[in-house]
Amino acid sequence: MSHGPTVRGLILATIVSTTAALALIFFYAPLDANQGFVQKIFYIHVPLAIVSLCGFVAGGLLAIGHLRTGERKWDLRSYVVIHLSLIFGITALLAGSIWAKASWGHWWVWDDPTLVSFLIVLLLFATYQPLRFSIEDPERQARYASVFAIVAAAFVPLNFIAVRLSQGFVHPRVLTLGGGNLPGPMRLTFLIALLAVALLFVTLCLFELQAKRTRIGLRRLRRELLGEDAVRPLGRSAAPS
Amino acid sequence: MTAVQPQGRTQSQSPMHRTPALSPPGTFRTALILLGKDLRLELRTLETVPAMVLFCITTFVIFHFALNRATISGQLAAGILTATLLFASMLAINRLFVAEREQGGFDGFLLAPVDRTALLLAKAGALLVFLVVLEVFAVPAFALLLLGPPLGPRLPGLVTVLLLGDLALAIIGTFVSAIAVQTRARDLIGPILGLPLLVPALIGTARGVGSALATHPVQFPAGRWLAITALYDLVFALLAYAVFDFLLED
Amino acid sequence: MTLLAAPALPLHTAGKYVAGAYIVFVVMLVVYLGIMTLRTRRTRRELSELRREVLERQAQAELDGPGLAPRSAEQPARVDPGRAAASPERGSASSEREAAV
Repeated sequence: MSHGPTVRGLILATIVSTTAALALIFFYAPLDANQGFVQKIFYIHVPLAIVSLCGFVAGGLLAIGHLRTGERKWDLRSYVVIHLSLIFGITALLAGSIWAKASWGHWWVWDDPTLVSFLIVLLLFATYQPLRFSIEDPERQARYASVFAIVAAAFVPLNFIAVRLSQGFVHPRVLTLGGGNLPGPMRLTFLIALLAVALLFVTLCLFELQAKRTRIGLRRLRRELLGEDAVRPLGRSAAPS
Repeated sequence: MTAVQPQGRTQSQSPMHRTPALSPPGTFRTALILLGKDLRLELRTLETVPAMVLFCITTFVIFHFALNRATISGQLAAGILTATLLFASMLAINRLFVAEREQGGFDGFLLAPVDRTALLLAKAGALLVFLVVLEVFAVPAFALLLLGPPLGPRLPGLVTVLLLGDLALAIIGTFVSAIAVQTRARDLIGPILGLPLLVPALIGTARGVGSALATHPVQFPAGRWLAITALYDLVFALLAYAVFDFLLED
Repeated sequence: MTLLAAPALPLHTAGKYVAGAYIVFVVMLVVYLGIMTLRTRRTRRELSELRREVLERQAQAELDGPGLAPRSAEQPARVDPGRAAASPERGSASSEREAAV
């Protein structure tokens, strides 16, 4: 793989930015006037959520690439990105739930439209892998998964708008601090945290892509060197092969 | 004499069958033909719609016991009606493409020199008709069994909202059904794929019905809910139109 | 803009929640990396198995091929000293292997 120096640089950048983010979160960012120390969860919850949502949209874009070119590598990228976004999203939801408990005493609140929209998006993307798994023909599996990824990615903004409209403007208990109104030090900390999570996401994506490509290559090598009968049939699988 | 169709297929005439040059029907006409076929099929077999109606009525009875209430109104009534219609529509969605899949209808359709979007239009139209017929029976049943305030004056608002909701169900249901029919876990994939996608439309429909079924002032549902549902219908229709072809490829 | 209607918790209770949230993140990360490590290990193992199998088959092919030609002409060229001593048995061994296959 020609990724050696790139991946190494990326890992380094991830470690550096994560360390910087943690340092800023706990030693630099001021305490929030209302929420106090609990607000620190914001710096992990929101970046995870943002990166996860961007990942879902990216998965849809990569799927468009697959449908246009027909090359399976786009499907592999789309799969890995969506898979990781789902993991990041679940983590964000758990962190958000903890934040809700700490702020209002309930593990779940319906009042925050962002959290609710996020749950719906996660429920949708959680069906991505069962869908893939239930289609046996690999080529069709990739195609249908791409169609789903595109529609689901388009659904993300629609869903957020719809849920927000449904809440009205009566007493929104908003978990996320409003756009652009963060005081300076908080904004810097947030941006660094966002960068760290984004770098982590990209690094993990590359890891997983490399791992999957290696397995696919290994299988192919085995087939070439030892003949068709040496290769164990894959059976049903959700992952691209 | 050959005519080249937009899909790149040629229609050649053999010397044995000299008929006047026929061009294949346009998208809309094809859709109407297919829709007619599906409706005729349903009329003859009466498989789907009666089952949906029965499902709704039984569910209303279940809700009576589950809630232990004689009458309901307002948003509670709206929620129960909308949710019941939603789950009943899942029955139809699961069955929508089954005949095509099992009896080679897909292959036959793909061989025909017609725009593939016609199938999307036809099936969505069929699903819409099923839902409207369902509501013709289910809504009076609901008014009879569970609804507190009288239905009559509330009907226009209710019909408008439900129609917009039906559109969403029809489009998203067809899309999801086309995906699910090619999978092994057909009846499972359909609902789990469709329900999250339907949430925005459900929000608009349920809240709209809620304001229509409110106890005191008989009011037309707030424009906001109609707008949300209508816009979502439009956007999703465009999305489904854009990607549907890829679902039908061999 | 500040958050609405969210009273500040005293530091000792708040700390638990904050720690909880960050620990969830770390745990998910560790579990994911653990699964990836296991997968990589399995891939490496399969790769070495593949390598071994390929070498075995190469060796077998070399043994079978020249086994058809007269033994005296072939042996000195390819075989290491350890094997040369066993050469008279090789013919019977390879025919046994062929019979087994």
